Amino acid sequence: MIQLHALSKNYGRFTAVDQLTLEVPKGELFGFLGPNGAGKTTTLRMIAGILQPTSGTVTIGGEDLHANPEGAKAKLGFVPDRPYVYEKLTGAEFLRFVAALYGQEGAGVERRMDELLELFELAPWKDELTESYSHGMRQKLLISSALVHRPEVVVVDEPMVGLDPKSARTLKDLLRVFVERGGTVLMSTHTLEVAEAMCDRIAIIHHGRLAASGTMADLRRETASEGLTLERLFLKLTGGEVPSSLTGMFDD
Amino acid sequence: MTDASASAAAPAVPPPQPGLWTLLAPKWRTALARVRQERSGAGMRLLLLALVGFGFWSAVFGVSYRVLKYFRGVPDIGTLVATKLLAVLLLAFLGILLLSNIITALSTFFLASDLDLVVSAPVDWLRVYIAKLGETTVHSSWMVALVAAPIFTAYGMVFDGGPLYPMIVVAALIPFLVMPAILGTLVTLLLVNIFPARKTRDLLTLVAVGAVGGVVLLLRLIRPEQLARPEGFRNLLDYFSMLQGPTNPFLPSEWAADMVMNWLLRIGDPLPILLLWTTAAVLGVVGSAAHQRLYLAGYSKAQEGKDSFVRGGAWERALGPFLRTAGPARREFILKDLRLFFRDTTQWSQLILLAVLLAVYVFNIQTLQLFSGEQVPIFFVTLVVFLNQGLAGFVLAAIAARFIFPAISLEGRELWLLKSSPLDLRAMFWSKYFIGTLPLMIVALTLTLVTNALLHASTFIMLMSVITISLYTMAASALALGLGALFPQFGTENAAQIPTSFGGLVFMMSSLSLLALVIVIEALPVAGYLRAIATGETPGLSTELILSMVAVAALCAVSTILPLRAGLRRLQALEL
Repeated sequence: MIQLHALSKNYGRFTAVDQLTLEVPKGELFGFLGPNGAGKTTTLRMIAGILQPTSGTVTIGGEDLHANPEGAKAKLGFVPDRPYVYEKLTGAEFLRFVAALYGQEGAGVERRMDELLELFELAPWKDELTESYSHGMRQKLLISSALVHRPEVVVVDEPMVGLDPKSARTLKDLLRVFVERGGTVLMSTHTLEVAEAMCDRIAIIHHGRLAASGTMADLRRETASEGLTLERLFLKLTGGEVPSSLTGMFDD
Repeated sequence: MTDASASAAAPAVPPPQPGLWTLLAPKWRTALARVRQERSGAGMRLLLLALVGFGFWSAVFGVSYRVLKYFRGVPDIGTLVATKLLAVLLLAFLGILLLSNIITALSTFFLASDLDLVVSAPVDWLRVYIAKLGETTVHSSWMVALVAAPIFTAYGMVFDGGPLYPMIVVAALIPFLVMPAILGTLVTLLLVNIFPARKTRDLLTLVAVGAVGGVVLLLRLIRPEQLARPEGFRNLLDYFSMLQGPTNPFLPSEWAADMVMNWLLRIGDPLPILLLWTTAAVLGVVGSAAHQRLYLAGYSKAQEGKDSFVRGGAWERALGPFLRTAGPARREFILKDLRLFFRDTTQWSQLILLAVLLAVYVFNIQTLQLFSGEQVPIFFVTLVVFLNQGLAGFVLAAIAARFIFPAISLEGRELWLLKSSPLDLRAMFWSKYFIGTLPLMIVALTLTLVTNALLHASTFIMLMSVITISLYTMAASALALGLGALFPQFGTENAAQIPTSFGGLVFMMSSLSLLALVIVIEALPVAGYLRAIATGETPGLSTELILSMVAVAALCAVSTILPLRAGLRRLQALEL
């Protein structure tokens, strides 16, 4: 459903994403992991069409994002890492606006909007300007906006940040149901427990390059790390072993 | 006893306090970094800004110098008028400073993003107050200080201030600038303790814009230039007594003017200096005491209370029938822009100023008295109509700078949504163009038709004005939108600041150049038309006239298409 082929992105001399090739099949919840600055957000923003790749291609549902941006984007719902929404629109107006951007309107949109707002417990605030929303409420509104137009693919960047435990649980269940019904999810996260529990397959990116990819069993086999948790495996692949002694940090 | 319980029992030692410099360092370093970025980014940009700044400074200095030189040459009255003029100028500055400080203090003391960090740190309240007061003073006073500098320089040069004169000016300006800052901060502190901060901001924006508009309108309607004419007074004695007496003896503007003029006229009177500095000191004590008692409560209140329930639908009902054919994306986009505009007080309140500007403009045209009995030559009437077109063009460019230029910048942080959606950016760009051009065109045509009617313009001039202004409006609007996309200001939250950026300057320069070109091209055929009238011939459509209209149309078309294309290309290539 999502295909990245030799995808690269340079910022001047710095290479943020380096020849990344990846495929996320239809009906899969795919985890995208990596340390800070590894190139996750850059990759997701290229898939969403916000950044233009320096080289390589992005294909969504068979549509080349460069050749047919509107066709490719119509299949996609995107949740960015920072919840920026129009502060002078109400929650309901924002969702209606996003649906319209995808060419959708009418009773169907209103019904979906109400369902999503109810699901994320935003219904009482739907006629409030979003400037009065908390970080978590904005995050929930963004997730709703990514689903309001019934996309085939959802790309989410750190979706759990700012969510209360109940909303996080709701989101996990929602994404699972979405995938079971044939949808595809590409999700970046730092919460390794979430990735381990939810994702069908995982890719780990480091310094803009693919370090490993596959199911948990594949990753363990590939890295000869039988029995390791995802956290240990992640640290092993990304060279992020925690220093053995931290006690000195708090000495005078 | 454990370590923890021992430390709990020990008396709390107050932590060492950071210096004021430490508190101000982030702001200072941010400003420096910005300057460095500008320097490495574009030398041309700085050069242009420096040139414009120098030009403005020279103009203010030149006018002040000429006026003061003239006053100095008038025996007896001249010096008195110069003193009065300085007092009046400083009084105007004082009003501007007070308003500006009230609004700035709201941001620096209650809404700035660094406040959570500063308030939660164990920093002494007085240091926070002084640091934030300093920030407020600099933010709201730099422009006044910049305008005042050439004026004071002119005073010093005309009245032979001597080498110590700059120090006297600085000694007068410091308390003069600090006092309105303390007062403004105090007013804001009290307001925030009564209303929530965001409501206060809306309220203050409205009051400030309304006040400025009211003053401009009042000044134009009472025509103060007539008061400056001595012949308007009953006798010379009245005029003298008006000049000699202090206008506002209890205001710092009068003290600052007296302090400077006493030095220039070699009068040994220490009272103005004492009044300035002691009042500033007393105000400082009162301000800091109020800050100590009320700040934390006000800051806490500023974080709460945002009554923002909206039951929308008014725009859909009003525009729905017209936008039915536009498709959901374009329709919702237009409605979204309208909602954002009218829900943001800082945006729509500027319309009050605009209405005042237009009223002043029409009022001035009406008072030209071209038809008050005495026969004014047709040449003069037509010339005025023609100049009217230039002035209307200037007003339109200013409106486009304020309302259309920021359109792309205001999408700012939310542009991710538009770029990740299948919305055709061209449709979005056209919506912005349509929504900006339509009201501008209505203003342009109303202004042209009303002023031309007031001037009793001939059908030919009326037709030419309407065609020209329509073409120019489309081009100015395209230039504003296109250059707004080429020079976006995504970091700026206040829309009113966007037109003052480098891109805004480029837009004003290019739209005014276009206006000048249009006028130059049309000048020849208009001159021909006037000549024909003067010689008693029947003026008609000459080849020259047709060619000039074609040239104006072509020029405006190019100025419409090119910036729109360039802006759209930039928007499509924009990376966030």
